[in-house]
Amino acid sequence: MSVRKNNIKKVLVIGSGPIVIGQAAEFDYSGSQACASLRAEGVEVVVVNSNPATIQTDNDVADIVYIEPLRWDVIEKIIEKERPDGLIATMGGQTALNLAVELHEKGVLEKYGVEILGTGIESIRLAEDRGKFKELMQKIGEPVPESIAANSMDEAFEFAREHAFPLILRPAYTLGGTGGGIARNIEEFERLLELGFNLSPAHQVLVEESVLGLGEFEYEMIRDSYDNCITICNMENIDPMGIHTGESIVVAPSQTLTDDEHQMLRSAAIKIIRALKIEGGCNIQFALDQKTGKYYVIEVNPRLSRSSALASKATGYPIARVAAKIALGLGLHEIRNAVTKTTPAAFEPALDYCVIKIPRWPFDKIPEGDRTIGTQMKSTGETMAIGRTFEEAFGKALRSIEVKKPKIRPEDIEYHLTAPTDLRIFAIMEALKKGWSKERICHLTNIHPWFIDRIENYVMVELRLKREPFGRKLLHEAKKHGYSDEQIASIIGHEAEMVRQMRKKAGILPAYKMVDTCAAEFAATTPYYYSTYEEENESIPSCKRKMIIIGSGPIRIGQGIEFDYCCCHAAFALREMGIEAIMINNNPETVSTDFDTSDKLYFEPLTYEDVMNIIEHEKPEGVIVQFGGQTAINLAQKLEMSGVKIVGTPAEGIDIAEDREKFKQLLHKLEIRQPENATATTEEEAVAAAAKIGYPIIVRPSYVIAGRGMQIVYDEESLRNYIKEAVEVSERRPVLIDKYIEKAIECEIDGVADGERLFVGGIMEHIERAGVHSGDALNVVPCVRLKKAVQEKIIEYSEKIALALGTIGAINIQYVVQNDVIYVLEANPRASRTMPFLSKAIGIPLIKLATKVIVGKKLSELGMREMPKLKHYAVKGVVFPFLKLPGTDTVTGPEMRSTGESMGIDDTYPAALWKALLGAGLKIPESGGVAISLKDGDKERAAPLAEELEKLGFVIYATPTTARFLPPNTNLLKKIADGEPNIISEIKKGKIHLVFNTPKRGRIANTDGFKIRRTCLERNIPCITSFEACEALVEAMKEAREKKISVERANEYGKDKKRQS
Amino acid sequence: MEPEKKAVLVLAEGSIFFGHGFGALARRVGEIVFTTNMTGYEESLTDPSYAGQILVSTYPLIGNYGMHADHRESKKIQIEGYVIRQLCSAPHHAKSNSSLAKAMETEGIPGIYGIDTRKIVKIIRESGVMPACISVYEKEEDIQELIWMAKNLDYSKINFVERVSQKEVLRYGNGNKKVVLIDYGAKFGIIKELTSRGCTVIVVPYSTTAEEIETYGPDGILISNGPGDPALLGKESAELKKLFDYPMFGICLGNQLLAQAVGAKTYKLKFGHRGGNHPVLDIKKNKVVITTQNHGYAVDEKSLPVEFEVTHRNLIDNTIEGISHKELPIFAVQYHPEANPGPYDSKYLFDEFVKQL
Repeated sequence: MSVRKNNIKKVLVIGSGPIVIGQAAEFDYSGSQACASLRAEGVEVVVVNSNPATIQTDNDVADIVYIEPLRWDVIEKIIEKERPDGLIATMGGQTALNLAVELHEKGVLEKYGVEILGTGIESIRLAEDRGKFKELMQKIGEPVPESIAANSMDEAFEFAREHAFPLILRPAYTLGGTGGGIARNIEEFERLLELGFNLSPAHQVLVEESVLGLGEFEYEMIRDSYDNCITICNMENIDPMGIHTGESIVVAPSQTLTDDEHQMLRSAAIKIIRALKIEGGCNIQFALDQKTGKYYVIEVNPRLSRSSALASKATGYPIARVAAKIALGLGLHEIRNAVTKTTPAAFEPALDYCVIKIPRWPFDKIPEGDRTIGTQMKSTGETMAIGRTFEEAFGKALRSIEVKKPKIRPEDIEYHLTAPTDLRIFAIMEALKKGWSKERICHLTNIHPWFIDRIENYVMVELRLKREPFGRKLLHEAKKHGYSDEQIASIIGHEAEMVRQMRKKAGILPAYKMVDTCAAEFAATTPYYYSTYEEENESIPSCKRKMIIIGSGPIRIGQGIEFDYCCCHAAFALREMGIEAIMINNNPETVSTDFDTSDKLYFEPLTYEDVMNIIEHEKPEGVIVQFGGQTAINLAQKLEMSGVKIVGTPAEGIDIAEDREKFKQLLHKLEIRQPENATATTEEEAVAAAAKIGYPIIVRPSYVIAGRGMQIVYDEESLRNYIKEAVEVSERRPVLIDKYIEKAIECEIDGVADGERLFVGGIMEHIERAGVHSGDALNVVPCVRLKKAVQEKIIEYSEKIALALGTIGAINIQYVVQNDVIYVLEANPRASRTMPFLSKAIGIPLIKLATKVIVGKKLSELGMREMPKLKHYAVKGVVFPFLKLPGTDTVTGPEMRSTGESMGIDDTYPAALWKALLGAGLKIPESGGVAISLKDGDKERAAPLAEELEKLGFVIYATPTTARFLPPNTNLLKKIADGEPNIISEIKKGKIHLVFNTPKRGRIANTDGFKIRRTCLERNIPCITSFEACEALVEAMKEAREKKISVERANEYGKDKKRQS
Repeated sequence: MEPEKKAVLVLAEGSIFFGHGFGALARRVGEIVFTTNMTGYEESLTDPSYAGQILVSTYPLIGNYGMHADHRESKKIQIEGYVIRQLCSAPHHAKSNSSLAKAMETEGIPGIYGIDTRKIVKIIRESGVMPACISVYEKEEDIQELIWMAKNLDYSKINFVERVSQKEVLRYGNGNKKVVLIDYGAKFGIIKELTSRGCTVIVVPYSTTAEEIETYGPDGILISNGPGDPALLGKESAELKKLFDYPMFGICLGNQLLAQAVGAKTYKLKFGHRGGNHPVLDIKKNKVVITTQNHGYAVDEKSLPVEFEVTHRNLIDNTIEGISHKELPIFAVQYHPEANPGPYDSKYLFDEFVKQL
């Protein structure tokens, strides 16, 4: 503990809520680092977050945890209960920052005497209010692009008349550039302006003169209360201005700046951070005209950000840890760098490597989304790679991102370069291979020629491998340029294993270098490594008992922060047992890649080769693959074939569970039902099988992750279309067909098996009807609809299946129940995305339990027997990325589309549900109009809903066919084609505040339903697309109205009742 | 196409590194040192304080933005050889008019790239700075010769200042204040900082006596940076003592010479401070500045006479980074407030100096 100026004893840290595009795992990373840092100073830490899949909401990370919706009125209740001395607003992204401002404005902070620690409200306002920020910059003589913070359409249009297009529009106080864009003409301008005013909480839009195409540079800065300022890192966006930094490929440190240019920007950054009086971390963006040397200040994030997570991982400097101590009043010179233990926190990291970050986009899951990239974030995650040269880091990043190399047709290259799209980097490589001139590529992309040279240098190796005779020298060259064995093998037409063996025989092995913040100037103790093909290997394997945990790579739809949470817990559990935990991962946002989560961290791609190299170097007792999502699972078989010991469920069990035929046989043997199913390798086979099974069916390609390409099909014609358009069918890639069990309840269990028994953590019942992907479904634990006997049967089946698969560790099994008949949908003998949620719901850390079992403990030894009986309810809410992805429909279905989850926890089901929905960001109205437009089958059941809503004081609107089933005073709306009033017109008039719209058949663009849903989305009006969810919402609204919803420490729910009974 | 250049680097402790060559075909010896600056290679190469040294850049990607006279800290490349991980042979910058390799070739300096520079840095860190030999060649090189040279090189008695100091008196700017800059190997940056603050700068050779300096009628004296062991400059520091009537500002070697002038001792650091990221605490203000450093020697605190006080300290190893006379307007810092390369945090020191004139 060090000496602090103030006497803060208890601090509230606000988290960032569910993962959404633009706000992901980085805030769990900064938040949990801050918690540890504050506690080390003797401060009691209270955390509030609605996202259960976060390390910061673990009971051993914070002292007191609230899993509650992130709304100011909810946080007021927490403040009232806990009475913290201070609040830290800069660790939870834009969400926490906005909440802090709101709490201040509502007088809550003053009322309870809560001090804002670190960067204060005034600084936040100065940085976030576009008008004030511009004024401040002009005052201190820092250049900004001409702009106006428009509070009205008129103001904006006046500016547009005086300045040439393109113009940049940005709504104030939104995250990840939501609603922002580039207007190239007056029509686009008007559309973006309207959207911006709707989305900005302050009803303000910044309209700005364009700096498109200029170089984009970021400075990660820290300032303390002594006015000491340092730069942690500068970063250069390869994609120039006009592309959000979250969407850009970014390199650290800057590569094209001379020292005087770098110092000019660094000095400006210091001037700005001082003028803003930031106390903590902050990120400053500049645009630089590299022809003239003139720069502009673009914006400041007065908080920890995705960039600061990247900068932390890129440099080894723990920004959040230091920022938290600064918030307590410590100076940079009074803080030691916990990473190196040798340097003070007042030290600017020196890198002796090159870092590249590449975003990961969701277009593989949402193919109809508009693939162009710009000022609004669309990517869900990112990967980072470290190399001693740009080329090496680039090659490693390209394999870490885990996307199949796209085929780009020559005629499309120019489109991808200029639009640009997410495929631009691949298009550049393709263009270089096709012999395009570098000047032309630079001209079309505005990318600095230095980067095009480097990419050319990278691509040249491929051409050399094609043309020149293969040998040891060329192999070594290729490795130094970041090529994988597999890549080399496919270029020269050999097996990857052959290249690998030759390489090893030739002694071409990776060396592991340390990320030490100081370029080896001082001896550091950081256990953080990356590979390169050089002489000295700095990673010395210990002779302790050790295991490797394979991480889950970049965050994507279907593989989110939940798996990172699992990997962290596995590391914690191993360390608790005195086993050295070695982590391999490449996601810079996460806690798993924090330097002290594991005993040793390898920041590497997660391919067979990269992982195997580490295994051969470290020689661990075993490798754990069951926590890293599909990324890790995909490696299991190959690793096992290479003689690696996979601890936990053997690869065979994983294979049986993933192979439909083998799994079918297993269930048959166990006498457990499964929806009728078949496998087809041709279109005709599929049609025949479907006829036999009977429509509707669910079709999907084999070996799927997160329901990719999955669809419910109702007739032969649609089936034929699906096969032609959506998937490739072949012997090797069959299509899977399942009977779609209608009008049924879906549910799933998460548990831990030790080979003898299965401990079921809980049965999570889906609130929507079967057919919604489990990742997208709202679910509740304990069950509210399934009968006790059915639940018992499910537990019995689960144990049978888990044991038959040889499960050692975590398992998730999904069921569908129709008229009390239980069918198994799938079994996944590994960690599922619901495990963190369920662990928090039942108060048992399932992943730690699984890890201990993997290492050899028995469930009985660990005291785990019956499924816990809860006296409270937990509901999982979900968050979708549709607002960020124009052109997408918002209907949920068998394909997973959500990015994140929230958790609502309370003593009653409706209250928990209400919290889950609020936590997921749903704006539930308290009065106003509700529009109802339902499909056949739902309409008939809608009357009680409408009546209930009327009782709550809502005005009901409905389309003609739905209205027939509703009470007589329902206001009639026309179909959109028949003119006004219709749902859209009334939404625009502000009469409607909630929409129930259940679509007939999945997502079809340009239907009325699609237009309605998009309109709701853009106006932030909740639109519920499943009837069961509508029912649940009404119930929750009723509960919220009748009973005051209260807050409780997360581990206190259910306990009061016990005391009462 | 030119034949490919090969290169080898031999360290006195025995390590040998084979790599690619760039710059001049030449064999050179020198003290091997490293800098952690990530930008500003041209400023470093031309910094006279590096005279007699073979420089290793810890940052691996060098040459990216080419060369330009504006980035020079003296008229020529001063180092004996340059050791880097990756060379950029096709630089891009609006101002660039040459590549690093071309400039080194023209000025006769050999360079090596494509070797494990981090390993070299760690050797220097563990064993201290040491003699080394670098050679760029086309066909073959006699390694035994290089080893012999590296092992037998003794530069401890060489007066590098003699090599880099101006031979004649030069005058810059025409402001109201007159500053005599004693040139022990001064960087252009120092002169620029003074002229931009309204000073006329008279640059005099390092061997100029106190009497001669007084004839210029200075308002203040700047004791510049420079290469090598300050202990070799006993006579010169004795002259400084005679000039205590004038406001004085010492930079780097200037700091050591000022200390020597009042009887303090200096000692050699194991591997010096070279880079642009060292935190220095301004003791009076209790504030941190991030500084540019380039020195192999430090002032021994115990030997500092009472009339001087320590004003700045290195936050990493606690060494003296600045001293000041308790009464007279005489002060010095061990780091480089003129930057080039490095942060501008300390430029205020020039303001303070000029204020005292």
